[in-house]
Amino acid sequence: MDKIDSELLLKVADLHDIPSGAYNIRKNGQLLGRKCTPGIDITSKTDKPGIDIKIASSVKNRSVHIPVIVTEENVNDLVYNDFYIDSGAEVLIIAGCGLHNDGNAGNSHNGIHEFWIGEGAIVRYVEKHYAEGVLTTNKVLNPSTIIHLAKNAKFVMETAQLGGVTSTERITTADVEEGASLEIKESILTEYNQTATTKFEVNLNGKSSRANVVSRSVAKGNSSQTFISNIYGNNVSFGHVECDAIVADNGKVASIPALKNTHPDAELSHEAFIGKIAGEQLIKLQTLGLTKAEAEKAILDGFLK
Amino acid sequence: MLKLENVSFSIKEKGRTKQILKNISLEFKPGKNYIITGANGCGKSTLAKIIMGILPVTSGKIYFEDQDITTLGITERARLGIAFAMQQPTRFKGLGAKDIISYAAGKDCTSSSACEYLSKVGICAREYLERDLDNTLSGGELKRIEIASVLARNAKVNIYDEPEAGIDIWSFNGLVDIFKHTLNKKNLNIIISHQEKLFKSADEIILMANGEIKMQGTAKNIIPIINNYSNVCKKLEVD
Repeated sequence: MDKIDSELLLKVADLHDIPSGAYNIRKNGQLLGRKCTPGIDITSKTDKPGIDIKIASSVKNRSVHIPVIVTEENVNDLVYNDFYIDSGAEVLIIAGCGLHNDGNAGNSHNGIHEFWIGEGAIVRYVEKHYAEGVLTTNKVLNPSTIIHLAKNAKFVMETAQLGGVTSTERITTADVEEGASLEIKESILTEYNQTATTKFEVNLNGKSSRANVVSRSVAKGNSSQTFISNIYGNNVSFGHVECDAIVADNGKVASIPALKNTHPDAELSHEAFIGKIAGEQLIKLQTLGLTKAEAEKAILDGFLK
Repeated sequence: MLKLENVSFSIKEKGRTKQILKNISLEFKPGKNYIITGANGCGKSTLAKIIMGILPVTSGKIYFEDQDITTLGITERARLGIAFAMQQPTRFKGLGAKDIISYAAGKDCTSSSACEYLSKVGICAREYLERDLDNTLSGGELKRIEIASVLARNAKVNIYDEPEAGIDIWSFNGLVDIFKHTLNKKNLNIIISHQEKLFKSADEIILMANGEIKMQGTAKNIIPIINNYSNVCKKLEVD
């Protein structure tokens, strides 16, 4: 690993060093390192690029790091990662992708992640995306996340696009069975001419299933974002969607939530806000001694944290 | 410490000039609690915002420790040592009490030091530290955190714009204690209020009406006059 690799891994997976738990690190489409731990098994797929990650029921409070970095131009990495979480397991999965590109030709990473989460299992999935390098070179990240939640399972997804990504199309779909819950917190920063589209499609199929999708976005420069979320209440269920966006300069955001019930006892709601930083927020922080620029940064950093 | 000389402020409304403050001259000395009172719309909150630099003067001068600060912005005045508790505290998504108190103190506060300030305003501190200052907090909780943020600034001039508004029964005695106990020889408090119960914390009371200073004096001298001054105190109107 060189300095760029280490910095990218720190940024997208909070890795200061090789992780103590299980991990699989992929660089420029190749395996950089892997470690399995008791109950956590990682194997390469034989029919297509990607890995299978199997987590046994005995696993409690363990973590798996599976970051991907792409540091060369012209590398367009496609990967299929499948996660099989046995019933009752409790695990933290830290994914994340960092792109570095000093060249003129673009690079990209398309990560297709599918989760089968067993009965009563609890998964926290943290995914950060970041790109850096020549501003005008295309750096593209298109993650797909497919989540199947069995009875009483819980999935918390914290996903953040930290900046630098020229374009992204993020697709997340979930089916939620009886008593299971899905919690998604997404934050996306776009600047310059970047574009981001994020789509959620959640089917609340089981009795007392729940989903809460919260998205916060900041669109600066000439960037634009589209947030689409479709929640279907197909049973006695609860679903909520929230999309807050702060725009600056000429940034544009479209928030398109759609709620649909096919069951009379589904309870679905959404709220959305698009606007600039409130003047009174700036004034408050200025009265604490921050300059206007410092106040703006504090507000945006806090909003996206 | 703080001096206002012939401060006036006017706005344009429907093409006409409306004068909000008329030739206000005041001097605030360290070691004292000042209460500025008067009916709604008399200009007292405007005056507070003028001192903080949130609104500009139309004419007149403001001096802080003999320095002319009339043209200085909010940040510069804050850094010189003026603090301000807003009448209606701002809500933030993504910033919590600990963040605000850290910014106010000018350093990264530990949980325990942030807690100290929150304890002074009577809220059970730790549970509030990480919570965002968003819609999940009540107006009263936000107001207390707002006051704590001023305490954390350790400023020379502390302006409280209607500190009692929106808070519960704790407020009066708790606020009076805060105004008394935070006072020293090097600072002063300016409290905008029409709540008579706070008057007992004042060393001086300034009564405003129609954008002008009508009266100024010690609490002992002024309160009886205010009591007879119809239409001045909202509290008295309600009573």
